[in-house]
Amino acid sequence: MNISQFTTEASDYAVKVDHLFYLESVISGLVVLLVSGLIVVFFALYYRGSPTPRGLLPERKSREIEIGWTAVTLFSFLFLFWWAASDQLTALAPPKHALEIQVVAKQWMWRFQHPSGAREIDELHVPAHTNVRLAMTSQDVIHDLYLPALRLKQDILPDRYTYEWFNATKTGIFHFTCAEFCGTDHSIMAGSLVIMTPEDYARWTAAQPEGDDLAHQGKALFHSLGCSGCHTPGASVHAPDLRGVYGHVVHLSDGSTRVADEAYLRDCMLLPDSTRVAGFPPIMPNFTRAVNEGQIVELIAYIKSLTTDRQTGAQDQSPRGSP
Amino acid sequence: MTDVTLPFVPPLEAAGESYLDEGHTILSWLTSTDHKRIAILYALSITVFFFIGGVAIGLVRLELISPTGLFLTSDEYNRLFTIHGIIMVWFFLVPSIPATMGNFILPMMIGAPDVAFPRLNLMSWYLYVGGAAFTVYVLFSGGVDTGWTFYPPFSSDYSHSNVIAAAAGVFIVGFSSIATGVNFLATIHMLRCPGMTWFRLPLFAWAMYVVSMVMVLATPVLAMSLLLISAQRYFGLPIFDPNAGGDPLLFQHLFWFYSHPAVYIMILPAMGVVSEVFACFARRRVFGYTFMVYAMIMIGVVGFMVWGHHMFVAGQSPLANLVFSFLSFIVAVPSAIKVFNWTGTLFRAHIGFEAPMIYALGFLGLFTIGGLTGLFLASVPIDIATTDSYFVVAHFHTIMVGGSVSAFMAGIHYWWPKVTGKLYNEFWAQFAAITMFLGFNVTFLPQFVMGWLGMPRRYHYYPDVFQIWHVLSSGGAVILAVAYLMPLVYLTWSLLYGEQAGDNPWHATGLEWQTPSPPPKTNFLRPPRIDTNPYEYHDFGRAEETGDEGRAEPQGEAS
Repeated sequence: MNISQFTTEASDYAVKVDHLFYLESVISGLVVLLVSGLIVVFFALYYRGSPTPRGLLPERKSREIEIGWTAVTLFSFLFLFWWAASDQLTALAPPKHALEIQVVAKQWMWRFQHPSGAREIDELHVPAHTNVRLAMTSQDVIHDLYLPALRLKQDILPDRYTYEWFNATKTGIFHFTCAEFCGTDHSIMAGSLVIMTPEDYARWTAAQPEGDDLAHQGKALFHSLGCSGCHTPGASVHAPDLRGVYGHVVHLSDGSTRVADEAYLRDCMLLPDSTRVAGFPPIMPNFTRAVNEGQIVELIAYIKSLTTDRQTGAQDQSPRGSP
Repeated sequence: MTDVTLPFVPPLEAAGESYLDEGHTILSWLTSTDHKRIAILYALSITVFFFIGGVAIGLVRLELISPTGLFLTSDEYNRLFTIHGIIMVWFFLVPSIPATMGNFILPMMIGAPDVAFPRLNLMSWYLYVGGAAFTVYVLFSGGVDTGWTFYPPFSSDYSHSNVIAAAAGVFIVGFSSIATGVNFLATIHMLRCPGMTWFRLPLFAWAMYVVSMVMVLATPVLAMSLLLISAQRYFGLPIFDPNAGGDPLLFQHLFWFYSHPAVYIMILPAMGVVSEVFACFARRRVFGYTFMVYAMIMIGVVGFMVWGHHMFVAGQSPLANLVFSFLSFIVAVPSAIKVFNWTGTLFRAHIGFEAPMIYALGFLGLFTIGGLTGLFLASVPIDIATTDSYFVVAHFHTIMVGGSVSAFMAGIHYWWPKVTGKLYNEFWAQFAAITMFLGFNVTFLPQFVMGWLGMPRRYHYYPDVFQIWHVLSSGGAVILAVAYLMPLVYLTWSLLYGEQAGDNPWHATGLEWQTPSPPPKTNFLRPPRIDTNPYEYHDFGRAEETGDEGRAEPQGEAS
């Protein structure tokens, strides 16, 4: 293994983070030099028994000194905060259009599902110069997908979605690993991030054995699990129409409203009682035992694809997660 | 209110007897409500736990010499670093300075015969022992592997180790912190001797006041969060289970709402100790006394509002990240002011190079580095890159070990003649202090480097590119271990064969030095009274060389 698998700045964001790090290193170095320099000078001058004259320091002057260095410290810290926060803010706005890859973490492996339907384990292929958004969830404990070359890290929670997005600028093979302690084999829950040119990525995707993309796999499940029996327009059972629901606000039977994002759709399958849409009877079965994380991902991909009849709404209403 | 004092016991010959001669049986120690004896009990127990925690991490550092491990399984490795964290945080660092030096020195410093509630004080030690018993049980029943942070759902549903017993130990020891905190608050409010106004309190007393406040307010939240974890684990109560509408992040909020202030529980007392030491060995009033007091209060208050900086990558909203980042920069301001003030104290001083001063200087240097790397971690983008890596490990060890433990050692040496009446061997103490500083840096500077390069924490096996840094760090740990063992030897030697120290070997001004060493049971032979500011060393630094009072008369402004 080579250290460049960790240290390469594989995106513009990584370069910015490093610049901030260098800036703070220089400032810290100067402060350490100042403090230790003063200590050495004072020791040399004012060692017990040394002949240096020691004049009095009037109270007023010492108060001025106090106020002076308090102000200097405060303003330099505010400056650092401003610098760090502006980096963060620009990185926060998630891109409108991104290649979305589903990530499922479990003790102690990673599973990735590409929109094309391609799946891989402990290896993540992504195209360079493309917005890539990872939608992540965990099947058991809290994990954390750490991509050192992109200076990114995001916890992955069970039964929730968190996101991480990047636009890589360098191709190559990099390391990724789990950064949140997750039990026995936490330290070997790692893999390779393969950043390829978009053309190579397209070639790689085409060569994967999985024929159907996620939405199509979801459609098959939608039928085989019996969802279509109720959720199809014209079905005799009264159930919400799922077309175009993704990304829109829904009103729930308890009076609250939620945006129909991945987390909400997932809750509908696993916690139907608390997510019932207003005006519909409580007949949605609980699918907790019937579907696994991968199948939930496919079902959600299918529901998201059902946007043809209405105009596509805001893609992401939940700004959770780091850049 | 401030004039309330306890009556001093009159018989003079009995009062002149040292607290050490009040009884020589073990029972006389275990049932004593004398704050000085309880401090000794605490000192012995936390020393035992310090070395247990030290052995645990020693094994970890040995294992990490090789990227593929030497002699431990991954489960054993996880249990070792967990027990190291639990013991060092709750059974050493949190009680370290408050329960030993706070107990022993604080009442004497403010001119009180004892703490406000002596029996509660003894009970707090028994609570500590109770919690410690659970932890020892955990140690012998296979350990616990959740990390000291007990994050669910790992701790509540997935861990196959003794989580409930470990949580119970921490739960119980928390009450000993609360008892100590309540006691100190009441003591400082009610038992200051005549003339000891708030702004004549030595900075150590102020540190104890602020830290007690933090302990009393924060520790109950820890108790709640551990209770909830146990309820989910034992009864299946789905508080942190999102499938039933619970929230796994709720635990992290509760836990860090305690554990971030807990960092200040560990560092504020250290600030108090080094303030005393700097004043004494620079023979000068602490520079900017009032600013120092307000800085500590501000740290105590703002310290409660920054817990979210532990959760920048946990799934918290970006707005919350921004707010917590801002507050974390703000809380660093008073810490920086304190560093400048300690440095300023050396200006126009008469600096001595005795062991307590070396330890205090070590504190100053390491606290500066720890504080500055705290700024890195307060910046969200850098935190995202380095959190859960060795950079964080090195950062908080620099504060908690480099800072707090150095200050703890400074205090032990400074007050050793007060507590025992004996002198320690100055050469060996200086040697140990310098070794500790060097050993610390060799251990943790490589961790900063490898953390930034991308080495995650809590890793049993690691990519071999980081081996060189791990080997360096383990080598430093050996130096550090030697430095920790040395005081054990020369202090024991001092106890047995040490020279008599006299009442005030440092010619220090604190009220605790204006009585015999070791002090009598009632602390003072006659009711103390204060009519000067603290640290009234001679303007030009010379304390009086003779006279059993050892205190210079106030001479105008000593600034």
